[in-house]
Amino acid sequence: MTADLILFFGLAAVAIGAALGMLLSKNAVYSALFLILNFATVAVFFLLLGAPFIAMAQVAVYAGAIMVLFLFVIMLLGAEQLLTSHKSGWQRPIAILLTLVLLVESIYLIFGRGRLLSQVAPVASDYASPEAIGELLFSRYLLPFEVTSILLLVAMVGVIVLIKKPKANN
Amino acid sequence: MVPVSYYLALAAILFALGALGVLIRRNAIIIFMSIELMLNAANLLFVAFARSFESLDGQIYVFFVIAVAAAEVAVGLALIVTIFRTKHSIDIDELSSMKG
Repeated sequence: MTADLILFFGLAAVAIGAALGMLLSKNAVYSALFLILNFATVAVFFLLLGAPFIAMAQVAVYAGAIMVLFLFVIMLLGAEQLLTSHKSGWQRPIAILLTLVLLVESIYLIFGRGRLLSQVAPVASDYASPEAIGELLFSRYLLPFEVTSILLLVAMVGVIVLIKKPKANN
Repeated sequence: MVPVSYYLALAAILFALGALGVLIRRNAIIIFMSIELMLNAANLLFVAFARSFESLDGQIYVFFVIAVAAAEVAVGLALIVTIFRTKHSIDIDELSSMKG
């Protein structure tokens, strides 16, 4: 009982700290590395919630592919640090205030509704095994799965078109 | 067993931090990372509710969200690279060509 809570709160502290580090670090490379740490802790949360397949997909796709793409673009552009010469002083307090309102509102919605979701029943041992996920993915969710492949293809073609240098026709 | 409400609260905090990042940072890449953080918080909600209702559908949705996020990141970073080529900056305050 208590070990679960200690694990949860420790990991939650790491996740929130990594998110804060992502927000506050001046160097974009540090931000990307903090975000990778955050994704890794969220993957551990997925494991705790009984979703091993999603946890592995999270590590492979998010922490692996997507963040490597981010790091690659940051270093390609040389945009580690942005010169902050502008002054947007009035935006920052309003942003923090609005975020606090959002946070308080959602926390109130979650905990102010009583004991709606406080109990979790133990699930069967084959809950969310890769076999179960795959079976569901290829039966009930077959059409969305195929549409996702088309979406990825379109994104790939779109990226190639966007990146291609315009032809100098004179 | 940790109550599901705690996971919901954690996801709410992560989402709020992502929204804060979008609002206060000026680097387009950092803003993009904050959007990823918000997507991730939503994924955590999906998985927590899937666990709570003992249904697998939430995890399938997370799978699709991850796939769509991968496509989104590829296109978005291509846009950022193209903007950097033309404007030589990714500070969003300087991207005001269409301002009247």
